[in-house]
Amino acid sequence: MMQIRLEKRLEPSKTMLYLSPIGAVLVTALVGALVFSLIGYDGVGAVREIFLTPLLNPLKWQDLAVKSAPLIIIAVGLAIGYRANVWNIGAEGQYVLGGLAATGVALLTRDMSGAWILPLMIVAGMAGGMAWAAVPAFLRTRLQVNEILTSLMLTYVAIQLLNYLVIGPWKDPMGFGFPQTRMFTGDQMLPRVVPGTIVHLGVPIAIIVALGAWFFMSRSVFGYQIKVVGAAPSAARYGGFSVNRTIWLALLTGGALAGLAGVLEAAGPFGRMVPSFPTNYGFTAIIVAFLGRLHPIGIIFAGLAMAVAVVGGEVAQTTIKLPVAAVGIFQAMMLFFLLASDVLVRYRLRLGARAEVEIAR
Amino acid sequence: MDLLIPIIFTLIGASTPILIAALGELVVEKSGVLNLGVEGMMLIGAVVAFAVTYTSGNPWLAIGCAALAAAASSMIFAFLTLTLSASQVATGLALTIFGTGFSALFGQGYTGRPIDIFRSVFPAELASHPIWRLIFGHSPLVYFSLILVFAVWFFLNKTRAGLILRAVGENDFSAHSIGYSVIGVRYAAVAFGGAMAGIAGSCFPLLLTPQWAEKLTAGRGWIALALVVFAAWRPFRLLAGAYLFGLVMTIELYTKASGSMGLLPSEFWAALPYLATIIVLVLISLRRSGHSAAPACLGKPFMPGQ
Repeated sequence: MMQIRLEKRLEPSKTMLYLSPIGAVLVTALVGALVFSLIGYDGVGAVREIFLTPLLNPLKWQDLAVKSAPLIIIAVGLAIGYRANVWNIGAEGQYVLGGLAATGVALLTRDMSGAWILPLMIVAGMAGGMAWAAVPAFLRTRLQVNEILTSLMLTYVAIQLLNYLVIGPWKDPMGFGFPQTRMFTGDQMLPRVVPGTIVHLGVPIAIIVALGAWFFMSRSVFGYQIKVVGAAPSAARYGGFSVNRTIWLALLTGGALAGLAGVLEAAGPFGRMVPSFPTNYGFTAIIVAFLGRLHPIGIIFAGLAMAVAVVGGEVAQTTIKLPVAAVGIFQAMMLFFLLASDVLVRYRLRLGARAEVEIAR
Repeated sequence: MDLLIPIIFTLIGASTPILIAALGELVVEKSGVLNLGVEGMMLIGAVVAFAVTYTSGNPWLAIGCAALAAAASSMIFAFLTLTLSASQVATGLALTIFGTGFSALFGQGYTGRPIDIFRSVFPAELASHPIWRLIFGHSPLVYFSLILVFAVWFFLNKTRAGLILRAVGENDFSAHSIGYSVIGVRYAAVAFGGAMAGIAGSCFPLLLTPQWAEKLTAGRGWIALALVVFAAWRPFRLLAGAYLFGLVMTIELYTKASGSMGLLPSEFWAALPYLATIIVLVLISLRRSGHSAAPACLGKPFMPGQ
């Protein structure tokens, strides 16, 4: 009888480690086309619109830059946590809180001007995201409450808070009754960095965040501590690293970065707070973090790749009437295939009849 | 009294999907596996149940198909985590994202089309009086959920198969060394959890809102996961917990219907189930003395011979 056997590699295969995300994207495109065809869509067309149109049409490149920025920023923060085995899956809520805090500052400074306003909004947004992440951090370190559930529950709370504010106290009095805040002023908006495009300051910030996190993870004691706590908690305790401090650090960093992404969206593409502000970036970034191998540089590439799917999803929404949430199928498939191919990173596949394997031993 | 019976009725309805999904997940976790894909599997169940009811008009068939579809999706999770030992957290999340996308794609053709609620199986005369209605007036899904509480309790505590399942969840290596198939038991548990999540999802179109909408389950799958922790992995405590949450959600529905509760905005009541979940998790951990009630192998991959 033919058998597939898994043989543990002495060391994870580096080649497979880098190749598997690319393989996962390619297999996703193939299987995606097949699945979409099976349920009665133009499968090849859907895959072309989602994966190729954003790449082949130069007009879409600025969208790719703008959409990848928040994904990269949030994913970098999540990856730091995941490295330490801290499962923050509530980045969406921290992102909303970042946007809300920045909007709060914008509403308070509406009659003022000056270059200090935007930095203040950024600080407030990061603080907002951190505050939202501090709740799971406190509950996990003090009471051993699982951060997966608390961070996720807070996302639903954040969305209700947003709804309350834009329908209630923060509603634009000149907005013809629409549930939205007033438009931000010039000093409250992110400047464009490439004239004639929609590419705003958030794009270079995303690159800086990723490079900074790379430096932090590879060079600092904290980065080392996070890796040790994630890989071997008991060794970390023995080595004098505080697990609780690492949990705090991981969650607050993740919250601050998700909050930052929220500010950049509020003061960038949105320019005000609206009920549609929760854009699923917080959840998509979880996949970006894994696809980027929890490595800041990998995340830049993964963020760009995922932005292709996000922008392509919007294209497919108008051209072939694909509901925008359907892109989630592709995102999930990418993660499924990546996790499946990870077995090749850790193991060698051996095919053969069982008897031969026994002899080989 | 005039208000009490409708409130109890709404409460029972709102609790039912959470109860069914949580009972399924309880069995999964007892076998040592943490499947965070409950929300996604519920959405798959919901859209399949809606589509089958709309096309065939047969709610029983719809429930069966929902259970099968969600169980099939849970096998993706089982293969990745049990056979390939991928991260259970990451795979479960991927399953939820997959289910969300699948239900949005599959359900878009059904937006704005109503179906019939799955009504009581008992003759209407039996349920004419309000008190009798409390006993005989429910959807079959409600009776199913109540029987399931007892069945899961009985299975886990009174049967040999339940004992094996608990052994696998508490000490996989010992169970393996005395000859039980750890992976096999876990596959079966995950499939059962998937089927229950699918039936839980079918409660949304068949019992609660006979209209299709994206993300119909609105995080109830996550609340089910929290409830398992709340119930300390005990079926009857799960029943109490689910009805408590049903009450919170009923308050939300009634405040929405009456416009406002005067004191607090409606968004507060909409956020309350999620806040209550956090509060409940905190209370549990405060009361928990020393060791956790969680199965010892929960979330850990099993790799014999490594």
